[in-house]
Amino acid sequence: MPSDPVLSLHNVTKEYPTTPVVRALGGVSFAVGEGELVAVVGPSGSGKSTLLHIMGTLDRPTSGEVTVAGHRVSELSDRDMSSLRAHHIGFVFQQFHLLSGYTALDNVADGLLYTGMRLRTRREMAEVALRRAGMGHRLDHVATKLSGGERQRVATARALIGNPSIVLADEPTGNLDSKTSDSIVELIEELNEAGTTIVVITHNLDIARQFPRSVGLRDGRIEYDTSWGEVA
Amino acid sequence: MPTTLQPSSLHPRDLGRTATVGLRTRRLRTALSALGIMIGIAAMVGVLGLSESSKSELLAQLDRLGTNLLTVEAGTGIGIGSGELPVEAAAMIAQIGPVETTTVVSAVDEAKVYRTDYIPEGQTGGISVQAVDLNLLDTLAGTVADGQWLDAATGAYPTAVLGSVAAERLGVTEVTGSEQVWLGGRWFTVIGILQEFELAPDLDRAAMVGLEAAADFLEDDGVPTRILVRVDPDQVDAVMGVMAATANPENPEEVEVARPTDALEAKEAADDALTALFLGLGAVALLVGGVGIANVMVISVLERRSEIGLRRALGATKRHVASQFLSEALLLSGIGGVGGVLLGAAVTTAYAAIKGWDALIPPIAIGGGVIAALVIGAVAGLYPAIRAARMSPTEALRTAG
Repeated sequence: MPSDPVLSLHNVTKEYPTTPVVRALGGVSFAVGEGELVAVVGPSGSGKSTLLHIMGTLDRPTSGEVTVAGHRVSELSDRDMSSLRAHHIGFVFQQFHLLSGYTALDNVADGLLYTGMRLRTRREMAEVALRRAGMGHRLDHVATKLSGGERQRVATARALIGNPSIVLADEPTGNLDSKTSDSIVELIEELNEAGTTIVVITHNLDIARQFPRSVGLRDGRIEYDTSWGEVA
Repeated sequence: MPTTLQPSSLHPRDLGRTATVGLRTRRLRTALSALGIMIGIAAMVGVLGLSESSKSELLAQLDRLGTNLLTVEAGTGIGIGSGELPVEAAAMIAQIGPVETTTVVSAVDEAKVYRTDYIPEGQTGGISVQAVDLNLLDTLAGTVADGQWLDAATGAYPTAVLGSVAAERLGVTEVTGSEQVWLGGRWFTVIGILQEFELAPDLDRAAMVGLEAAADFLEDDGVPTRILVRVDPDQVDAVMGVMAATANPENPEEVEVARPTDALEAKEAADDALTALFLGLGAVALLVGGVGIANVMVISVLERRSEIGLRRALGATKRHVASQFLSEALLLSGIGGVGGVLLGAAVTTAYAAIKGWDALIPPIAIGGGVIAALVIGAVAGLYPAIRAARMSPTEALRTAG
């Protein structure tokens, strides 16, 4: 890989302290370099969501080391993890998670809410991000008035707004029909071509195949990684 | 590549915006839960405002009437002798330095007053006949409703001035100069009708004649049944101390000295007890309002799990989430507090206007009302806020919707 990885996981495990103990991840190691577009693909129950939460520093691994944008998560406090998310990680969710009373512009501006930036600056940046996501014509539309595909574009713009080190997308097409789904995949590819590092979590092999690299997950372990064939 | 990590932070203005998200999207619920606090605060502000207004009304009344009026009467009861004041009592009281004026009232018990001489003797209507000094009206700060008060001339002739109740019972509604009443077995001309006395309500039910006329036409002995005394306002207590011994040196224990304005103050003290009771009720309403807010906030936190998850994903710290929900509770109670103060002030103003008082809302009720509401909001919002902050981001995001 040409540069230092933006995200790296080394022998990461995650166990949930239920009875019996559920082992969601059993020693996962992989790295995502700057500018990469990676699909993490696997059936439900394979540990995809857990992996996303750990990559996004929403949760800590039981063991192993996670590094995001050069920061070792094990050395970070809870507040530091929030800071890391505010400045370096963008999320796109299957359920969009837009605030219903807000316009598209303000929903996107909220992507930088916890950076302490002023609202006016954030709105200016939000407009740029919405135009990049092909939503320049819907800036002042209230979130509830938008179609599913439009909502996901707004959510994607929100993830992009601060030029994060990495964007994590959790089943971004899961709630969309196939045509809309294709357009979102296209958007993701465009954004990646413009330089954004993106990891897409999906159960859909067809989508995974369209991306330059995919990592297969099964029962909490990496089954395959299409980059294995390459010379490291 | 490792860079120093810039901490998460939330612009204060944005805290205000996030705190209103829940309130703006759930307007009815916001209004209803603020209403609880509003009623409590309004009750307290109203009670304080009304009690303050009525107190200021009393002070104005006392100011008008003067608190330096004393009454001296012969005691009544078992073991007390003649029950009469000495004839020279008024003259002796006038000798006390700080005494400004004295006024003698002598009840003419044998004389009754009737509309005409055809009325049966038993039907007195409860109206007494009082022989009075000519300065009585000034001493009692009374006012004439119609006609005129007794003067040196009319006080020596068979003329009468009627108290307000007496005039009503006798059916004398206006003074024409020719109206007469049958008083003590002869005709007396009514020359005046008085307004109500605030300091001597019993005189409202009296027909008053001059002492001189009473002696000449009613054979009154002129023995004072009551002496009204105006004294130097700074010496009231001192004069009260020596009054009994001066009025009746032989039997000072038979003399009762009183200050009529005390009765008005006692009435106010009773009102104070009621005020405390209503304040207590207001506090209960406030408490119930606070519980309502806590309840709404707990529900709100549960409903908005995905929003909490999103905010954590966007980089909110636990403290940011807690402050959002706490601010929301404060805002909710603040709205209720301000609304309550306004409502309470409106009620006070309206009631005072009906009563003809000056509306007075103590500043402490205004400031205290809003502060009390905010304190209640803070207490009510604390637990829901902590609960929201403690929610793990993964758990919050897992909830669909």
